[in-house]
Amino acid sequence: MKCDIILSGVGGQGVLSVSAIIASSAMQEGLAVKQSEVHGMSQRGGAVLANLRISDKPIASDLIPRGTAALILSMEPVESLRYLEYLAADGTVITATNPVTNIDDYPPIESILDQVRRLPHAIMIDAEKLARQAGSARATNMVMVGAAAHLLPVPFATIEHFVRTLFAPKGERVVDINVKALHAGRSAAAAS
Amino acid sequence: MSEMVLLGDEAVALGAVHAGLTAAYAYPGTPSTEILEYLVRHQQQHGGPRAQWCANEKTAYEAALGVSFAGRRTMVAMKHVGLNVAADPFMNSALLAINGGLVVAVADDPGMHSSQNEQDTRYFADFARVICFEPASHQEAYEMTREAFDVSERFTIPVVVRLVTRLAHSRGIVTVRDARPENPRHKTADKMTWILLPANARRQWRSLLDRQPDIRRYTAASPYNTVTANDSRGLGVITTGLARNYFFENLEDLPTPPAHLHVGAYPFPADAIRTFVGGLTRVLVLEEGYPFVERALRGIVPPAVAILGRESGEVPEDGELNPDLVRAALGLPVRAGVSLEGLHLPGRPPQLCAGCPHGDSFQSILSVLASFTDAIVTSDIGCYTLGALPPYNAIETCVCMGASVGMAKGASDAGFHPVVAVIGDSTFLHSGVTPLLDAVASDTPMTLLILDNKTVAMTGGQPTIRRSSDLEGVVRGLGVAPDHLHVLEAHPRRMAENTEILRREVNHRGLSVIIAVRECIETVKRGKQEKTAASA
Repeated sequence: MKCDIILSGVGGQGVLSVSAIIASSAMQEGLAVKQSEVHGMSQRGGAVLANLRISDKPIASDLIPRGTAALILSMEPVESLRYLEYLAADGTVITATNPVTNIDDYPPIESILDQVRRLPHAIMIDAEKLARQAGSARATNMVMVGAAAHLLPVPFATIEHFVRTLFAPKGERVVDINVKALHAGRSAAAAS
Repeated sequence: MSEMVLLGDEAVALGAVHAGLTAAYAYPGTPSTEILEYLVRHQQQHGGPRAQWCANEKTAYEAALGVSFAGRRTMVAMKHVGLNVAADPFMNSALLAINGGLVVAVADDPGMHSSQNEQDTRYFADFARVICFEPASHQEAYEMTREAFDVSERFTIPVVVRLVTRLAHSRGIVTVRDARPENPRHKTADKMTWILLPANARRQWRSLLDRQPDIRRYTAASPYNTVTANDSRGLGVITTGLARNYFFENLEDLPTPPAHLHVGAYPFPADAIRTFVGGLTRVLVLEEGYPFVERALRGIVPPAVAILGRESGEVPEDGELNPDLVRAALGLPVRAGVSLEGLHLPGRPPQLCAGCPHGDSFQSILSVLASFTDAIVTSDIGCYTLGALPPYNAIETCVCMGASVGMAKGASDAGFHPVVAVIGDSTFLHSGVTPLLDAVASDTPMTLLILDNKTVAMTGGQPTIRRSSDLEGVVRGLGVAPDHLHVLEAHPRRMAENTEILRREVNHRGLSVIIAVRECIETVKRGKQEKTAASA
């Protein structure tokens, strides 16, 4: 078993938290994990990419080879299309539909979502709305973890455990919001 | 023994702690920052070893030398270009009889994710005639750092641990071993080995050269330099550091596994390489960074063997390696991903955060300079370098730490007016103070704008070496005329008056310094979060 995941978004959207939760969950399940992150300049509102590799055998490269990723999990629709060269032919794109329009030439959002719909396996999630319903727009990234959960080689309960662990220092209310967001994402993906 | 999940940077940091580290020093720089960040947290939690941010890489290196002179183990961490700043103490320290182990952890940035060049630190280690370790995994990062301290004391040389971005910033599992205690204080016995007067320096240099055969024997026997014969008569592959992972990633797709030699400890094992290539017709060299081994090979390998790598074009000459480039170099077809015909995506370069105080300063600069045709704006390394991009397009240079100040002086000397230099608080204290002295000495007509956001922002908000309120005193102490030294609040509500002051000083035919102060919005946000968490 191997599961290579491209995580994408815009600096500040919490891509690294998503990566950390999935990676911790996989390690808890005794799987090998390699997690490559982006620090520094690109975190300042630019396109952000993280590579997360999970396998039941030792993993050689920290970076995912082209055409082999099982999943592109994106916090932002334009960013969900930026790394398609890494996606395997039978791979899935799961993206939040909410645009981050911090650039002048951002295309009309419908044209971007139409491109996503052209992909053989795509799931689109109105993550910001679900996060607000859960209690805070800042939990958008946890909605997206939930939306990807059915494709991850780890039990949902393990993921939930690490969501609780990650947010525990910020208090019970923040934990509740993020766990709710996680569940909302899972239901939304199942319904789509 | 226990297992931990660590960044490559953190594996180096913990390796140092477990090797009996007494003190570590650094200046922040991507991708090396997390080495000292880990040690700072470790000190807060455990009371030691000492971990301290310094004014720059040179001062950090010199503090480490003091620890070594006193007999204790020490590490200094920096990014590749930081070693340029610390090159003076580094090169000279190779001639000292290093006492307490001295490890120089340098993180290179091939591909320039967050750097102005992609220089390869292995050349510096070779230049200084010292040992360099290049880990390929988190476990090796931990183990090699521990070993680096031992060999530093054994050969009485500084030892380099070279990381690259993809290891520094990737997370992996490390099995850690029991910690070794710190060295007791034991001052260097023979001070003549630390006083580099020419007569002593000649002796020390001879001694370093005399130790080279032993050093080469040590790396030749190192378990980090390995050969896997694989009985291949055709192609052989030499990997260094992280390139091994990309080679292994593609190995199962090759019809016959090539003979493989891996280098993890330098000086690389020349004899082993000579034996390895005997009988091969082609040898492919895969290394992250410059063609360091590939070039050296041309003097070692008989002409009948074709040497393939970055110089011959099998691997691109620039940029970072990845599994696909290595795949192509091995002659395997690169797999296509998914593509959508006609898809065109806008780029999304990094940019200043919404509400960033630098944005207000750039607006003032643009409005003041709009009426001049001959203006020059020099700038420097930090978040404010993003002022080079739209919507500001406000700066014209970014070279190295502190260069904005000296370059402004030069541009002014060359006859331009007005000349404005834009530098951040931490970069100014790192390398901007000394060029400002030059400008003071000749009352150069130029305006230095120090953007004081009270933190080292680009690398994640480490503390500036002095408090913001001390900055004015530092500048005044250099001799800047008080009439032409201003401290402003960089806030939109003060835009009009700040712009007027800048206009006045830009028109002044002498040196002026303006310090524009407002805390980075990221550290403000984090401070608030920490307060909330503390009260919850």
